[in-house]
Amino acid sequence: MSKDIYVIVEQRDGVVQKVSIELIGEAKKLAAELGQDVAAVLIGHNIADQAKMLGEYGASKVLVIDHPVLEHYTTEPYVKAVEYVIKNYEPNIVLFGASSIGRDVAPRVAGRVHTGLTADCTRLDVDVTKYQDYLRKATSLPEEKIAALDTSDRYLKMTRPAFGGNIMATIVCRNYEPQMATVRPGVMAMPERNVDAVPEVITVDAGLSMDDMNVEILEVVHPEKKAVDITEAKILVSGGRGVGGPEGFDLLRELAEELGGEVASSRIGVDNGWIEKSRQVGQTGKTVRPNLYIACGISGAIQHQAGMEGSEFIIAINKDEKCPMMQLADLGIVGDLKVIVPKLAKAIRDYKESQKL
Amino acid sequence: MKIVVCIKQVPDTAEVRLDPKTNTLIREGVPSIINHDDKAGLEAALRLREAVGGTVSVVCMGPPQADVALREALAMGADEAYLLSAREFGGSDTYATATIIATALKQIGYDLVITGRQAIDGDTAQVGPQIAEQLGVPQVSYAEDLKIEDGAVVVRRQFEDQAHMLKVQMPCLVTALAELAEARYMSVAGIVDAYNKEIKVIGFDDLKDHLNPAFIGLKGSPTNVFQSFGKQAKAAGTVLNNLTADQAVEAIMQKLIERHII
Repeated sequence: MSKDIYVIVEQRDGVVQKVSIELIGEAKKLAAELGQDVAAVLIGHNIADQAKMLGEYGASKVLVIDHPVLEHYTTEPYVKAVEYVIKNYEPNIVLFGASSIGRDVAPRVAGRVHTGLTADCTRLDVDVTKYQDYLRKATSLPEEKIAALDTSDRYLKMTRPAFGGNIMATIVCRNYEPQMATVRPGVMAMPERNVDAVPEVITVDAGLSMDDMNVEILEVVHPEKKAVDITEAKILVSGGRGVGGPEGFDLLRELAEELGGEVASSRIGVDNGWIEKSRQVGQTGKTVRPNLYIACGISGAIQHQAGMEGSEFIIAINKDEKCPMMQLADLGIVGDLKVIVPKLAKAIRDYKESQKL
Repeated sequence: MKIVVCIKQVPDTAEVRLDPKTNTLIREGVPSIINHDDKAGLEAALRLREAVGGTVSVVCMGPPQADVALREALAMGADEAYLLSAREFGGSDTYATATIIATALKQIGYDLVITGRQAIDGDTAQVGPQIAEQLGVPQVSYAEDLKIEDGAVVVRRQFEDQAHMLKVQMPCLVTALAELAEARYMSVAGIVDAYNKEIKVIGFDDLKDHLNPAFIGLKGSPTNVFQSFGKQAKAAGTVLNNLTADQAVEAIMQKLIERHII
């Protein structure tokens, strides 16, 4: 009988990635509904010192797989490590971050152990009553369909966007185990940290060897500038086609600085080379949910909305009052961003000055 | 060197809408295209052929009308095209799809398999790695550069915060990012040629002795759709028109102060 929820922890250069902590938090909620525990699986080289921290965020057990072949990510050794855990511990549910690493390793693992995998989930449910509440509040599904759901269903219901965010689907995997999902970074809430928590730490020998690496790493390239993670920003000032060019983004940058936020972009700004790819919001970029999202000259294609509609408060500044972003925004301003944005930056500066004692 | 490119015919998702009454996709009148990442993979394959020789085969799983995508691939310059099409294949999830494609690839033969990273309709990025798993060959996903050096494949793969230069021996599978290569246009000669070439159809009967029929199609898929739905439109916000810039700034400031943002 399979049990417990296993989170495959992602680390890069020995640093645990935020999405893994988010997943431990989510796993803890689901595990409580199932009467199960949460285990974190830490895979890498010289990473065992991170195990306690995973316990502090909610994992009751941490499996550590440490081997020199795992120093840099390559597919096969990581697949073998996860495969070993699944075969020997028989988890009920296995969760991965939907990062480029998680989305490389998870499908290969699912293929090897022959089970289902749902990609890029934005919501996970076990309890049907909570799932029904979500359907009623946030979806177009008619009440008779919602009410007809079997409330005793204990399978993992994995919800994800498809067709560029035009449609949502909930996927189940009933006939195979474990139930597996990759989950979008930035979607699940960070759990509280309890520094007094001490997890059970188990060192696992997954039988790895240097020969498991079937590709040769010629070089690991780190971009020179430290990439800013826009998913961590509380305030984003984001630009689209209406910004007009790199100098338009300078105006946005000035506003973002006054607000203590970061600059982001729709796809067009990245495709035109006005701003770096790491700042792109949307289906092919990042999912963000800041407290404030100011969309400047962004028409709001569905693919862009998919990455920012979870923002708490949205302000749109656009010349086109009919564009989709105006419909989505909590406050829409029809006007020229090139005039309004600099004035707004100045107004904020003046306001902050006036508040000083 | 035999390069096989797996392509998918997808609806142009920017055009897809949900029917609010039936809660299903409105596919009528939505144009079909070759998935962007796959097309970049095809272009990269054609360039490799130009650089080091060999052949480029294209494989597409889908309904009979997916032959349009294969004709386009032939018109771009692919040497041969295979359509994997059967009623039994319908409703396959990524595991089942990979089972079918991998079984066909074993018959077609390959040194280098190229797939797109992900399709714009499903966005899973799972089929490429799962084909590689079923073929038992190494995979390198998210290729943004691809070349052949000393008989091996050298790939620059992109991660969020870093890139890896990897060298991998064939046979292997590479998944392509859309930025790997900008696709060429079809040539007139290519278009004429495309309609003279035969598209080979591989059906269920061609594969049934080489795969487990219980592992394909809707019934053989480990994952199933539990519910599908559109998102509820949220309550409308305020749209202010015909303001002076100063009034606009004032309206924004009021909200920022009200919400304790500044």
